Amino acid sequence: MVAVLQTRWIWPGFTAALMALTLWMIFLWVPTEINQGNIQRSLYFHVPVAWIAMVAIILVAVASVAYLKTRDEKWDRLAVAGAETGVIFAGLMLITGMIWAKPVWGVWWTGEAKLTTTLILFFIYVAYLMFRAYFPPGEQRRRLAAIIGLLGAIDTPIIYIGAQLWERAHPSAVVGPLSETDSSVDGPIGTTLMVAVLAFSVLFFYVARERYRLRKQEDEVAELRRAVSLRPASAVASAMGTAGALAGSAD
Amino acid sequence: MAPALATIWTLARKDLLLELRSRDIVLAVVVFALLVIAIFTFAIELTPSRSRDVGPGVLWAAIAFAGVLGINRSFAIEAERDTLDGLMLTPVSRELIFFGKVLGNFIFITVAEVVIFPVFEALFNINVLQVETIAIALLASVGFSAVGTVFAAMSVRVRSREIMLPLLFLPTSVPLIMAAVESTSEVVNGGSWSDFSEWLQLAIAFDVIFVIASAVLFQFVLEE
Amino acid sequence: MTTVTTPANLQTTGSSNDSPANIRAIEATGIEKSFGNVAVLRGLDMTVRDGEAVAIFGANGAGKSTLLRLLSTLARPDHGSISIYGRDMAQGSETARLSLGAVLHSPMLYGDMTIQENLTFFGRMFRIPELDARVHEVAGRMGLTRRLEQRVRELSHGYQKRAALARALLHRPRILLLDEAETGLDEPARRVLDGVVAEHRGAGHAVVMTTHSVERGIAESDRVLVLAGGRFALDEPSSGVTPADVTGLYADPGDA
Repeated sequence: MVAVLQTRWIWPGFTAALMALTLWMIFLWVPTEINQGNIQRSLYFHVPVAWIAMVAIILVAVASVAYLKTRDEKWDRLAVAGAETGVIFAGLMLITGMIWAKPVWGVWWTGEAKLTTTLILFFIYVAYLMFRAYFPPGEQRRRLAAIIGLLGAIDTPIIYIGAQLWERAHPSAVVGPLSETDSSVDGPIGTTLMVAVLAFSVLFFYVARERYRLRKQEDEVAELRRAVSLRPASAVASAMGTAGALAGSAD
Repeated sequence: MAPALATIWTLARKDLLLELRSRDIVLAVVVFALLVIAIFTFAIELTPSRSRDVGPGVLWAAIAFAGVLGINRSFAIEAERDTLDGLMLTPVSRELIFFGKVLGNFIFITVAEVVIFPVFEALFNINVLQVETIAIALLASVGFSAVGTVFAAMSVRVRSREIMLPLLFLPTSVPLIMAAVESTSEVVNGGSWSDFSEWLQLAIAFDVIFVIASAVLFQFVLEE
Repeated sequence: MTTVTTPANLQTTGSSNDSPANIRAIEATGIEKSFGNVAVLRGLDMTVRDGEAVAIFGANGAGKSTLLRLLSTLARPDHGSISIYGRDMAQGSETARLSLGAVLHSPMLYGDMTIQENLTFFGRMFRIPELDARVHEVAGRMGLTRRLEQRVRELSHGYQKRAALARALLHRPRILLLDEAETGLDEPARRVLDGVVAEHRGAGHAVVMTTHSVERGIAESDRVLVLAGGRFALDEPSSGVTPADVTGLYADPGDA
């Protein structure tokens, strides 16, 4: 019982409570939408997740600019946390979009502008993370990743404009039984949607923060290793058999 | 301004001279792009209307994939004897080095397109050699060169650079590829400038934004 | 374009005493540089004055090449500052590069261009006046006159190294950075290199070299530095140093 009151449980506790409320609202509280039926409920996941995928690239961009300005590692950690959560949420956005589109529009995939943009954004996140995976750790990796993150963020609105033009040029293959109907987002539907967006924002904040803290701890371990290798050579040899061998590979 | 332009031209001319000697880049780009186009001619049964539908997409996908190879090569040459370091030792600013490389890559891609377009026209039986498509091709080449140059300077230091460059380059270039495909489609279906003016605006916006952003960020790429 | 300050102008900053021996060509303080989790340089200080030739020794991996890359402006230190003729490189290194000539491990020349084309290209990057004459002058000095029309790719390692030295000398740098420049050179070429170093010292300019041949390094320098554990373990005038003093400090736990 005491553990619940500890500060480190505040965020996960709050997030879990809000998510529980959201799930209750989505599945029990909000009435079924008349035209689309139960499948419309996936909208309460799809919209917040899409929103977070976009917020995450802004986080990556802001953190990247801050890193290039200050060269403070914390900004790099924040950018990675943003990209890692961003790639998950972009992926979820695509999956929920397809689950919804199949029964409603009759196709898994359409050239809908937001879907297209998120797909490309997903690939930008993947490229960012793969570059980091390929590149040896250090200042250079942090700096180059920041450039990729920043260019990706600059590109996102251009991709969206392009995707909108493209959607207009190709009135898409929306042939499903309900393709003509339009859903309104007033009343309970609107309220549920707003609570869901709030809940997923809190979840995003929580997950990104946890990822940031894990990165920080990893970096602290690395820094400790480096500090050990900074001690006089004789002490290094006795304290850590491998440190000298590591230093030997650096010329 | 004039000395800066002279420096950019000296840098690009150096790349052209190397290319004249080795013929590494343009030849690879042309052959690869034509191969992609040729494979599509028997992957798809080309009726005249189908050619007009899928042709522009095939053309620009081929140029984007082949262009990425060429830009990769133009930086592999700089890595061979660490000449990128040699450039960095000169008092020339990083921006001018960037513009020099962009100009070189732009010329390579444009020259490759000069060969690719007529062959594509013959294979697909659609008329792409028009003023409008040439303008689109030039706009696309500018954007490809800018984006490709900044990403190639990064991925040249990664162990699997052949994989890394397309992964960075292709998603970023999507708006430009869209613009090129859609404008070319309009042209081969008899459209005029006004039918794809929005796409042209998008391509110009992409070029301006990415030339400036890449030039500004290039100095951070070259640091060590 | 930014206006270019000549090295001659730079000299006058930072020193009230105008005797060449007191002009600080290079001043590095608190230099730290890590690659990944490995600290290579750990708070290193060094000063090189005009007219001074400094030889840096150290075991493999001691950080000699890293230090020369930092001094040549190719790399930036994680911490600490480097000034060239009193000008902090963090405030823009473009003018500093006019006073620096570097020969590093790789020749930094284009394989498919001839020596003359390479030298002319790099000369243009430095905006050297009367470039053609200067190219021939430097090539002659390095014994390359008859090979000016050969492509770098076709040259032996030794001639590529000579060409690299010619590239480094082209713009008359006041500071010469040589990273194991003598490797791969035959006897005549080494004598040319020795001549270049001696001439540079004699003209009141600074030389920083790394080398594995301790005797030669001591003989050709005014001061000897030994890099161990990321700092200088020895900093003495060359006259009072024996080869044994230097190699005795090489002990590196990584070798054990």
